[in-house]
Amino acid sequence: MGDPREQGGRSGLAHFLVRLWREKPLGAIGGVVVLALILVAIFADVLAPYPFDEVHLRDLLKPPSAEHLMGTDQLGRDLLSRNIHGARISMFVGLLATSLNVVVAVLIGGTAGFFGGKLDLVVQRFVDAWMAFPGLLLLLTIMSLVGQGLLQLILVLGVSGGVVASRLVRGAVIAVKENDYLQAATATGSTRMGALVRHVLPNVAAPIIVVFSINIGAVIISEASLSFLGFGLSPEIPSWGTLLSRDGRKYMEQAPWLALWPGLCLTLTVYSLNMFGDAVRDLLDPRLRGGGGRLGTHRGRTGRAQTFSGRRRSHR
Amino acid sequence: MRAYVVRRILLIIPTLFLLSILVFLSARFIPGDIVDTMVASDQNAMYGVDREALLRALGLDVPVHVQYGRWLQGILLRGTLGNSLLGDWPVEEKIAGRLPVTLELGLLAMVIGLVIGVPIGIYSAIRQDTTVDYMGRSVAIVGLAAPNFWLGIMVMTYPSVWWGWSPPMRLVPVTEDLLRNLEMFLLPSLILGTALSAATMRMTRTMMLEVLRQDYIRTAWSKGLKERVVVIRHAIKNALIPVVTLIGLQLPILVGGAVIMENIFNLPGLGRLMLTALTDRDYPVISGINLFFATVVVAINLIIDLVYGYLDPRVRYA
Repeated sequence: MGDPREQGGRSGLAHFLVRLWREKPLGAIGGVVVLALILVAIFADVLAPYPFDEVHLRDLLKPPSAEHLMGTDQLGRDLLSRNIHGARISMFVGLLATSLNVVVAVLIGGTAGFFGGKLDLVVQRFVDAWMAFPGLLLLLTIMSLVGQGLLQLILVLGVSGGVVASRLVRGAVIAVKENDYLQAATATGSTRMGALVRHVLPNVAAPIIVVFSINIGAVIISEASLSFLGFGLSPEIPSWGTLLSRDGRKYMEQAPWLALWPGLCLTLTVYSLNMFGDAVRDLLDPRLRGGGGRLGTHRGRTGRAQTFSGRRRSHR
Repeated sequence: MRAYVVRRILLIIPTLFLLSILVFLSARFIPGDIVDTMVASDQNAMYGVDREALLRALGLDVPVHVQYGRWLQGILLRGTLGNSLLGDWPVEEKIAGRLPVTLELGLLAMVIGLVIGVPIGIYSAIRQDTTVDYMGRSVAIVGLAAPNFWLGIMVMTYPSVWWGWSPPMRLVPVTEDLLRNLEMFLLPSLILGTALSAATMRMTRTMMLEVLRQDYIRTAWSKGLKERVVVIRHAIKNALIPVVTLIGLQLPILVGGAVIMENIFNLPGLGRLMLTALTDRDYPVISGINLFFATVVVAINLIIDLVYGYLDPRVRYA
């Protein structure tokens, strides 16, 4: 409402980018790398020097050379092309699963926090149970339930991360709920659902963007870990995780560059996303900067749960 | 304090109940029927065992909620998690047998994480915005970004390429040869430990910075105390209380890390058992391990909450 950021659409964005560059140069560089990766992902077919699955039987396990900048694998496939397509998979899974995180987190956390009472109590016990499951075990179990595949992976990562992130949204909604303008909205005849959609959600936009920017790196690592263990994407899909998994591992002693590139790509991507996400968070929502769980915290698990999602958030 | 303890313990019961349902159902709906595989096996084909009989023998012939009831009854009344569908051994015995490996890995990693993370975090805070501080923080952020399974693969690959050295692949029991046993755990626990230390370092630094701004620290300085005394006697104690909670938060990450490290470094622990069970669709084993780890996480978080409430009285009255 009175937020200067929301007034002049484009100039608001430009202003934000200038602030980002001035105040958080490292975060801005991270943002540039992320943008570059998105472009690589979109234009993977154009940028990759060879089709990612083209077999070159004369060039098996060749070290990096002018012809194959990252070398080739046991079937003579060009590793640069495969890693470029890996960027596409990572970005695709990362963006879609994280968007789903936000949808699920808003649905669960928004309604539970806004309506409170028994609904909240029941939902929070369920979220407790969900969060007690060590993340990877839960993902492994569900993935073996639904089977390998891109769609399955996105859904599973999207929903399970969303349940965890719902705590943060719930906290933010509870904090906003107490404001006078909500009473005013109700007094002027707004329904509760209408108040939630029109007045509460726009005001928790900042923490929601934070969830998005901070989860995306974690989602990409989860995809890679699951694919590495053989429960994520099927081996034919060239993701950074599958490139490091079973088939490639047999040849790594002969061709150590097989192990090097996908990991470097992953590390650079996640590092840039984290730097960018941290910077965006600091600029958008200064309240989140302090020690964990200041946003509408409740005692015990809730407070700590927020500290957890704030593990990266709070330590600058 | 007593009301706080009671409240925290009561809150756990519904969580554990929901958890058991979640654990049971998730494993039971894994597609690809183990029974088909078993019926087709040589031995069963030879004796003419049919599907119905096998289902009955495995207790899979009744509706899912009855199966859940039996499972829960077994846990609560007889303390058993059921038998493996494949080997006919009790799941809880297998878990107990594999636990020491995972426990050793986890404890070593946790100790390494604290030994690296806490001192660097403290130093980084008392020398805020110096080169050392920036370096420590940059390394920590890179540490959070590098996936641990990749680091595992790298240390499996490059030392053997460069120096012909590769980590030992056979586990020697502690009782037989302590050093060779530790050699096996060294690399995986170092990788997990450094991953944990990044978070620990950041948490310790933030908490130290917050404590160092407090009035009583200013009082300590104004009394003319030396930096050593201010930091060690006055600041560290209060700064480290929240770090205790980090142990609880890192536990799920540690479990996930153990699954990956056991897979890469050929350690016969619970993580490996889990991956095998998932591949074999051995439901009781999957549910058993999931329930075990989830219960451990809940229990340790409870203990940490209670310890925290004891150390920091403000928590109890919130």
